[in-house]
Amino acid sequence: MQDFGAAFGEAFRLLVSLDPDLVEIVALSLRVSLGAVLAAAAIGLPIGAALAVARFPGRGVALVALNSLMGLPPVVVGLLVYLALSRAGPLGPLGLLYTPAAMMIAQMILVVPIIAAVSRQTIEDMKEEYEEQLRVLGVGPSGMVATLLWDARFSLLTALLAGFGRAIAEVGAVIIVGGNINHVTRVMTTAIALETSKGDLALALGLGLILLGLAITVNAAVMLLRRTAGHAAFA
Amino acid sequence: MQLSPDRPARPAGTGGHVLPVRATGVTIRRGGRALLDGIDIGIEPGPLTVIMGPNGAGKSLLLRVLATLVRPDAGVVTWGGTMPDRGRAPQLGFVFQKPVMLRRSAIDNVRYALKAAGVPRGERDRRAAEALAAAGLERLAGSPARVLSGGEQQRLAIARALATGPEVLLLDEPTANLDPAATLAIETQVQAAHRAGTTVVFVTHDLGQARRLADDVAFVHHGRVAERTPAHRFFSAPSSEAATAFIEGRLIP
Ligand SMILES: Nc1ncnc2c1ncn2[C@@H]1O[C@H](COP(=O)(O)OP(=O)(O)OP(=O)(O)O)[C@@H](O)[C@H]1O
Ligand SMILES: [Mg+2]
Repeated sequence: MQDFGAAFGEAFRLLVSLDPDLVEIVALSLRVSLGAVLAAAAIGLPIGAALAVARFPGRGVALVALNSLMGLPPVVVGLLVYLALSRAGPLGPLGLLYTPAAMMIAQMILVVPIIAAVSRQTIEDMKEEYEEQLRVLGVGPSGMVATLLWDARFSLLTALLAGFGRAIAEVGAVIIVGGNINHVTRVMTTAIALETSKGDLALALGLGLILLGLAITVNAAVMLLRRTAGHAAFA
Repeated sequence: MQLSPDRPARPAGTGGHVLPVRATGVTIRRGGRALLDGIDIGIEPGPLTVIMGPNGAGKSLLLRVLATLVRPDAGVVTWGGTMPDRGRAPQLGFVFQKPVMLRRSAIDNVRYALKAAGVPRGERDRRAAEALAAAGLERLAGSPARVLSGGEQQRLAIARALATGPEVLLLDEPTANLDPAATLAIETQVQAAHRAGTTVVFVTHDLGQARRLADDVAFVHHGRVAERTPAHRFFSAPSSEAATAFIEGRLIP
């Protein structure tokens, strides 16, 4: 228990002194997860918009599949990405295994279904409301999608933040495809797992506090967005 | 009411007339029931036509078919004698019973419609401001459209529909949930547009309103046009049994 108190003290010292190792780990985490979310948005938003607007056979199955994919276990995604990127795998020649790029890919796969599913729901609800009005104004299909995306932008940003929250907190996938290599692929979650198992609680606690702070920040941002949008009657 | 010669200027890039708007033999069936039953109706340039009829008669459906929001199971709708196309949609203004406000300011709602109609960017600000002023909404130009009152929203919806200078304006019970003052404001707005040369089709249940507005009346009953009669005759001597009962406040056979 007195270890624990000392660890807390040391954790605060690391945070306050901006310990270079800690800063490096946090920076890599942010870089990987932000990159993953941006890539996931580039893929997930068009998928969500297309599913919201288009009517085609098999759409119901696609929606069920998408909603199930939201619950993908990170370790399974890690394993699949590992298989794809490993030397014998189809993407082996790219040499991405155990790089930040591999971690980005894994997190992106975890986040795409969230963004696609949430944006599909958001856009479809708004389409229900807007469609006939836009049609009588002579707006065509592409103009309609653009309008829906723009007018739903606050809700869609909320989906991106939720995706970021999942990516940054995720450990199972990045530890498999990143390998938790010091100074190369060590991110907050994998560092916490490793340092805790080694008994070095100070760094683990320091990173844990930052992770917690990020989670609170993301949620606060979501609330603030909702409120701003509500006030402006844009929600 | 006379058709004045100074019709609103046509927006650029939307060639061709939508008038006359015509439905020929239009039938819509749902669940084995004919909601519209071989309707023939033509909207010619000029008059303010009021469509009346009891609840569920098919008035809203008819309006939506004329605007090509619903495709008929049989029969055709033509605009200006040809098949309707999206390029001419801005020439046919449409106002829903419950106004749909886009998530932006009042004036941006109007700018949006102008842009959709292909009005050049440089003209949009001026025309949007003019449309709001004509509706008495200039004070609310910067307000988010969705916080406006019901009456203000409906006036904005009409201003937005009129901003592109449509040949014809279709309104589906635009005053159904409004108080007398807001109703009067909307009647004034619609009459001004009509005097300026816009052909108007106005759906209402309200006999008083129909008397105030109508040049002619189409009475819809059971998915058919029971009669189409000039206003001065309709209210005193309707030709159909259904319209007679409606005007006398009796149950319609
Ligand atoms: N999509 C639909 N599917 C099935 N029935 C429909 C559909 N749309 C309308 N109806 C039915 O068609 C009939 C006519 O509806 P419509 O809304 O045109 O009536 P209305 O004359 O506008 O009535 P009100 O005065 O109450 O507005 C109603 O019986 C309605 O239930
Ligand atoms: Mg109706």
